[in-house]
This record gives sequence, C-alpha cells and structure tokens, in this order.
Amino acid sequence: MRAAWLWVALAALFLLHHDFWFWREPRLVLGLPAGLLYHVTYCLAVAALMAVAVHRAWPPPGITEADVAGDPRG
Amino acid sequence: MTEAVVAAYLVLVLGIGAFARRRLAATGEDYFAASRTIGPVVLLATLFGTHMTAFSLLGASGEAYHRGVGVFSLMASSSALVVPAVFWFVAPRAWAVCRRNGFLTQVEMVRARWESPGLAVALGAVLAALLVPYLLIGVMGGGITLAEITDGRVPQWAGSLVMVLVVLAYVGAGGIRGTSWVNTFQTVVFIVLGAVTAGVVAAKTGGLGALASRVDPALLVHGDRIPALELLSYTLIPLSVGTFPHIFSHWLSAESPRAFRLPIVAYPLCVAAVWLPSVLVGVLASADLPGLEGPAANSVLIRAIDLHAPGALAGLLAAGVFAAVMSSLDSQSLALSSLVTRGLGGRRRGGGGGIEAAAAGRRQLLLGRLVVALVLAATFALSLVAERSIFRLGVWSFTGFAALFPLLVAALWWRRATAAGAWASLATAAALFLYYFVHAAQNPGYTLGGTGFMPVAVILPAAALALVVVSLLTRPPADEAIALFFPERAR
Repeated sequence: MRAAWLWVALAALFLLHHDFWFWREPRLVLGLPAGLLYHVTYCLAVAALMAVAVHRAWPPPGITEADVAGDPRG
Repeated sequence: MTEAVVAAYLVLVLGIGAFARRRLAATGEDYFAASRTIGPVVLLATLFGTHMTAFSLLGASGEAYHRGVGVFSLMASSSALVVPAVFWFVAPRAWAVCRRNGFLTQVEMVRARWESPGLAVALGAVLAALLVPYLLIGVMGGGITLAEITDGRVPQWAGSLVMVLVVLAYVGAGGIRGTSWVNTFQTVVFIVLGAVTAGVVAAKTGGLGALASRVDPALLVHGDRIPALELLSYTLIPLSVGTFPHIFSHWLSAESPRAFRLPIVAYPLCVAAVWLPSVLVGVLASADLPGLEGPAANSVLIRAIDLHAPGALAGLLAAGVFAAVMSSLDSQSLALSSLVTRGLGGRRRGGGGGIEAAAAGRRQLLLGRLVVALVLAATFALSLVAERSIFRLGVWSFTGFAALFPLLVAALWWRRATAAGAWASLATAAALFLYYFVHAAQNPGYTLGGTGFMPVAVILPAAALALVVVSLLTRPPADEAIALFFPERAR
C-alpha cells in the first residue's frame, strides 16, 4: 500500500489522542493545564506529520496523471 | 461605539461581496464553484472559516464554562487529526471525479455513480434536513452576539435579521467566489480577534496564573467531566467534514489538487489558534460570571468581552464572533441553494455555448439566488422559536453528517458498492439517527447506557456495515458508471 507509513502514523496519533496519563493531572505547565498543553502540542504534531506527507507522499491516492497534468501549477 | 464598530465591519464585508460581483459570470459553475479557480491560501481560509461556526466560539466557550479544558480534546484536537486526514484521502479524489464529470454537488455525483435519481433525491433531502440545525446555529449565534454586546439595545431577533440580510447580500451578489473572499477576510479577523479576546480576558482576570487560584480545579482536568468513552466516540464526529455540502462546494472550487496541500498542513494549527482562546475564556469566565445554567452559557464569551473590554474593543471582538458565524452561514446557504438549483434545473450535458447556454446559465443563477433568499428567510423564522443549546444542536447535526461518510467514501473509492448498498446505508443512518434523536430529546446529555459513548459510534459503523453487506449481496454496478469514476482502472 502506497504511503503505508502515513496510515501507521495517523493510527498512532489516534491512540495518542486518548491521554489517560494526563486525565487527572492538575499541574500547570507554561501556564496551561498539562492536559490542555498536551493537546495543543498534539495539534502541532499533526501539522508536522501532514507537512511531511505533502512533501514525501504527494499526490494523494486517487489522483490520476491527467489530474496532475491539468494542474496549472505543474 | 460598539454598534458603530460592528456596523463598520459589516459594511466592509458588503464591500468585498460587491467587488466579487464584478467577477461573477452568469453561469451556475461560476456562481456555485467559482469556475474552479480558488488558490491554496483562499481555499484554506474559506474551508476553515466555513468549518468554524458559532459552535467553535460561542459553543466551545460555553461548554468549557461547564466542563473545563477537556472540551479542547473533545472537539479541537480530534478535528485537528481527522479533518486533515479526510482532506488527504477524500477531497482531492472528489475534486478530480467531479471536475472530470462536471458535477457541482454530492447529489449529482451520487446520481451518476449509482444511476439512481431516487437515491440522489433522498440524499439531497437528508443533507438539507441536517443543514437546518447547522444554519440555526449561525443565525441564533449572531443574534445572541449582538444582543449581549449591546446590553440588549439590539434585541436578539434584530441581530439575527441583520446577519441574515448581510449574508444574503454578498452571497447573492458574488456566489462562492464572493463567499470565499469574504471568508478569507473573516477567518483572519476571528483568528486574530479571538486571540486578542483571550489575552484581554486573561489579563483582566489575573493572567493564566489565575487559572489555578480562581477557577474550580475540576475545570482544569478531564477528570469525570469528559468520560473516556465520550472522548473516544467523539473522534468520529469530525468525519462529518467529509459530507458537509458547504465544505464539498469549496473543495470543488479549488483550482487544482495541489491547492489542497496548504489546507492539509495548516488546518491543525488553525484549529488550535481558534479553540484554545475560546476554551480558555470559557474556563476563566466561570470565576467572574458564575451561575450561567445550561444554554445560557452560550453567551459567556460575549459576556466576558462586555465585562472586560471597553467600547471600541468590545465592538471589534464582537465583530470577530460575527465573522466566525457568518463565514459558515454564507457557505451553508449557498450549498443548500446549489443542491436545490442543480437538482431542479439539472446540469447541462454536452458542450457548446450560444444563446441557449447563456440563457440556461442566467436561469440557474437567478434560481440559485432565489433559493439562498428562501433558505435564509426560513432559517431566520425558525430562529425566533428555537432555544436548544448551540453546542448540542451542533453535535446532532454533525452526527447525522458523519453517518453519511461511508456512503461518500464508497462512491469515490469502492467499485463494488451498489445502489442497493447505498440505499441501505442511507436508510440505516436515517433510522438510527431518528431513534437516538428522539431518545435524546428527553435527555440532553444522552449517551449510550450513560457510558459516555456517543450515538455516532453506533450509527456510523451500522451505516457502513449495511453498505458493505447489501452491496456484496446485490449485482455489481454497470461498467459505464464505473468508468466515470474509475477511469484509471476501466476495462
């Protein structure tokens, strides 16, 4: 399967979304509740993963050569 | 002063819409899809602006007021993961299929995929019905915003009416191109002003360090307020982005598959930028504005602005909330118009121009504008009597859309999916949705067996299972229909 690594990474992030280890953590880190800071960092991690994907695995599945060829930006 | 700032903002929005009108060609494709010319930056801004609604600002802060910081993980970070994934696996494929075949709506796509006008009509009706509560969120949110920020000088109904008229003006004038340009402006406005709002409220309430000393500690953790099963099942809700007609319309307006790259990467960052301030304001406001029960908390963001921000700043921040609300209302009303117009008028088959083509284009444009007006008028009328919590209203709408995700994915990806399978999926989703909706009508906090498991976790898999089982038991689709959608694998 093309870009199987992306599927694996997304699945891993799905699992990491359920941060039971911070579920009742009351500490503030950088002024934010630890659980909240974790999820903000999580958003950054997803963005980083997708940045790698668009550079390493483009085009996404289901796009034909004709679709790409018709792309005005090449 | 507050009203003057909001009025100036609305005039600016109308100006952008008027400018877009100059670029409008008298064709359905230009009105509903900007003739597929939208680049990556505008595409990101309009997709994000369309997706973020009163639900994201008013609803998020209202829910965080009651349930704490866990609301961010419930909807924000789950959306940050799921939405880019949907954009990666579904959006470019949908764009390519629809571009090749001249489709402008999901209904046209489904009609051609399974050669079933009846299925297309049924799907269109379901999509329209699910859009109504979503539209209501916007209209009600606008009314609440203006009423609160003016201390009731502008009644809620008047605020809703102003919003509806402004949206009607620029959507009617510029179609999806006008909508995209206005959304780009509005997205920048509500992201920036949302951050400013959180900064002002935090500063006035003692900074983020005040969180520990002033706020109920239970609001600073997931704890018992966000059950684990609810968090797990909520992850399915953002799949609704794959079936929202208004998002689908914007997908089709992209100039190329490459235009999706920026939205795929930047979406999680935009989600964090909007939801973090909203959630923080809701939590901080719980200390300064105690006693807001149930749906009353929908206005906590506006009340916090009114409490902590002086006149002109309050107007600017309220304009930011208006921006978030209108940036969805415009696309939703246009998408609904597209469903009806393209369904009633049909799409022109074959090439060529000439007088007949021009006349058909003008008729479609006129009909499109008329339907937008009717949709907004009906939604405004409903808003005068509706009182449900904005957040819970949104979740039910999202649940319904998420349940249609298997059908859309199958249309684009699974050659073996049959019309009977699609019917089974649609019927299963509709029946289960209505079943749980009726149950929840008596219990606003309804989850399956009180476990926290959301109904979407049953409805979506059931719809997918029905699609697969019935498809495998029925005759495969005709080669001609398959060739339209899978030319790269045609025999």
